[in-house]
Amino acid sequence: MNNLPEPNYLSEPKGLKSWLLTLDHKRIGLMYLFAIMFFFMVGGIFAVLLRLELLAPGKDFMEADTYNQFFTLHGAIMIFLFIIPSIPAALGNIILPLMLGAKDVAFPRLNLASWYVYVFGSLFAIFSIVTGGVDTGWTFYTPYSSSTGGSVISMTLGVFILGFSSIFTGLNFIVTIHKLRAPGLTWFKMPLFVWGLYATAIIQVLATPVLGITMVLLILERLVGIGIFDPAMGGDPVLYQHFFWFYSHPAVYIMILPGMGIISELISVFSHKKIFGYKAIAFSSLGIAFISFLVWGHHMFTSGQSELAAMMFSFLTFLVGIPSGIKVFNWIATMYRGSISLKAPMLYALSFLFLFTIGGLTGIFLGALSVDVHLHDTYFIVAHFHYVMMGGTVMAFLGGLHYWWPKIWGRMYSEKWAGISVALIFIGFNITFFTQFILGGQGMPRRYYNYLDQYQPLHAFSSVGSWILGLGFIVMAVYLIHAIFKGPLAGNNPWGALTLEWRTTSPPDPHNFDQTPEITHGMYDYDKVMIESTLK
Amino acid sequence: MSNATTRPAFVQHHFADAEQQRESAKLGMWLFLLTEILLFGGLFVAYGIFRAWNPEMFFNAHKALDVNLGTINTIVLITSSLTMALSIHAMQLNNRRQTIMFLLMTLIFAGVFLVIKYFEYSHKIELGQLPGKFYTFTGIAGSNPHIFFSIYFAMTGLHGLHVIFGMFAISWVLRKTLKNEFSAEYYTPIEMVGLYWHLVDMIWIFLFPLLYLIG
Repeated sequence: MNNLPEPNYLSEPKGLKSWLLTLDHKRIGLMYLFAIMFFFMVGGIFAVLLRLELLAPGKDFMEADTYNQFFTLHGAIMIFLFIIPSIPAALGNIILPLMLGAKDVAFPRLNLASWYVYVFGSLFAIFSIVTGGVDTGWTFYTPYSSSTGGSVISMTLGVFILGFSSIFTGLNFIVTIHKLRAPGLTWFKMPLFVWGLYATAIIQVLATPVLGITMVLLILERLVGIGIFDPAMGGDPVLYQHFFWFYSHPAVYIMILPGMGIISELISVFSHKKIFGYKAIAFSSLGIAFISFLVWGHHMFTSGQSELAAMMFSFLTFLVGIPSGIKVFNWIATMYRGSISLKAPMLYALSFLFLFTIGGLTGIFLGALSVDVHLHDTYFIVAHFHYVMMGGTVMAFLGGLHYWWPKIWGRMYSEKWAGISVALIFIGFNITFFTQFILGGQGMPRRYYNYLDQYQPLHAFSSVGSWILGLGFIVMAVYLIHAIFKGPLAGNNPWGALTLEWRTTSPPDPHNFDQTPEITHGMYDYDKVMIESTLK
Repeated sequence: MSNATTRPAFVQHHFADAEQQRESAKLGMWLFLLTEILLFGGLFVAYGIFRAWNPEMFFNAHKALDVNLGTINTIVLITSSLTMALSIHAMQLNNRRQTIMFLLMTLIFAGVFLVIKYFEYSHKIELGQLPGKFYTFTGIAGSNPHIFFSIYFAMTGLHGLHVIFGMFAISWVLRKTLKNEFSAEYYTPIEMVGLYWHLVDMIWIFLFPLLYLIG
């Protein structure tokens, strides 16, 4: 019959209280998933409204101050409430212990606490929206952020609190990966998604506290005027930028590294071929995590740091290209002569390869000092950032979401509608953001409410793209939700993947596995497994 | 069934054995301590930068701090670290009464530290040696003396909050010890709180010379 296997973590135990007090990593991950999807929608609505306002120069339908608040909220919500927790806290939470053959993460209570801290922090963000908004941009640069009106304190306090949630998740994952692997699952047998999460967790633990203290100092600056960032009092606003980017540059790798981990899984599974260069991919994740701490100054080429510092930061920035390139070439080599099936997750993985490569290469432009002086604070930055974060992380997230959707719910989504949606998203994305590379190259500054008439056609083109993009997401929401209730049963392993999460039922048992799974083959040994199955 | 008899009650369901649980807790705690160091790290960097920019002012301003009280507080905190370590040692020997006594002593030392800090703070507030725009004192020569007090209050204030949090944590394990939840086989929470308490102590050991002593 058309029934899910029982018992499963969705049905057992029952009741709202059993969800709100759950210590099960799968349920906590699912609660994270609902929360981040809600904020993705909110941030997305802000984005569409911003593009709508930019359809024509001058005022279309919102005031300039409202516009400033909207782009701040779009940025702050998407970064702190959606992308940072998206892959690790939602998908990672559900999948990581399953991939390790563990019963749970190392600290289940801390895991639940991290969700509540996240919700608590997001309440501060919502409070800021309701009580006057914030118009500083998501970077909260001083001295503007310490002198403007609005709810900067509650917003930055929200960011401070959200940081704790991120630290809790990272700490939990590091310990889980070190201590809870199934017997026989050695470091170099771990799936590459786990390596991605591991590198991410290291950055979360090391970088987030610095953001925490920066936000505290900013709040103190506003509350009691301590003067550390105020030039009038002998303080230094550039110091704020150093502090902020010491966290926030590594933070963009918090966003992209787990996405790269997902792509490694998808490309191998849907090429039915052993991953090429396993160790190179694993170590390049750690390499990116390491370099990420040494490049923050490239956000400040025009902020008045010394020329020597700018040159060193520029050079170090180019180094990021090496591990990123290693990954891309290994993925392509994995696909070479593979048996590729173009299911929705693979379509997202291919979108990732295409878009992330553009995003990464334009990052090299921006890392070059002389070019950056010209392109700094233009739409070129906006386009680069969205190619990496949306074309990269969000595509990987959506790929992972489709890939694990049957595992999470036990039911399959519609492949046909998924194909339509990925096409809409890919086309809409490129129309929206490729246009912005051109706008930026022509000198259109970012964050501006008004613009010269000559930019109008490209702005309008970009806005139309945002509608296609929005439509793609609406289609996706409909068929994914439909699949939860009406989708056909997926079975334990619909993709023929070899990692451990596919060895348990879909949706999994509350305790993940009947007994700790035995490691009989590598996680990517498609060659070996296929030969064995034909010999039988 | 044999599983149920060999498995002690304090081992949570998702751990294979007590060893795995203890090792996990330890690694988690060390990672947490690392985040604490980075949290203070930002303030240490600010200290270094502003000191380099205003060397004379820092020299003049540090004389406003009371070295005697600072020294007493340093001794108090180091002693509290000793009693904390002794409480763990006592539990390793299954000596519950001693553990309770040493934990209580640690709490008392932490309280003494805060009381002394309170007198230091109130003296500064009286003189107007306050952070940023609240600074009204006039007796310190050099550029931007209010910055010194911004940093002084931010660093010692954050450290003070950690002392208060530590007192809560110590009270928590004290309560568990009183309820007889620990033994020589299982005392991980006391050990973890001990690690935290040593870190709080260690941060002060850096704050004291940087703020009070360096001329």
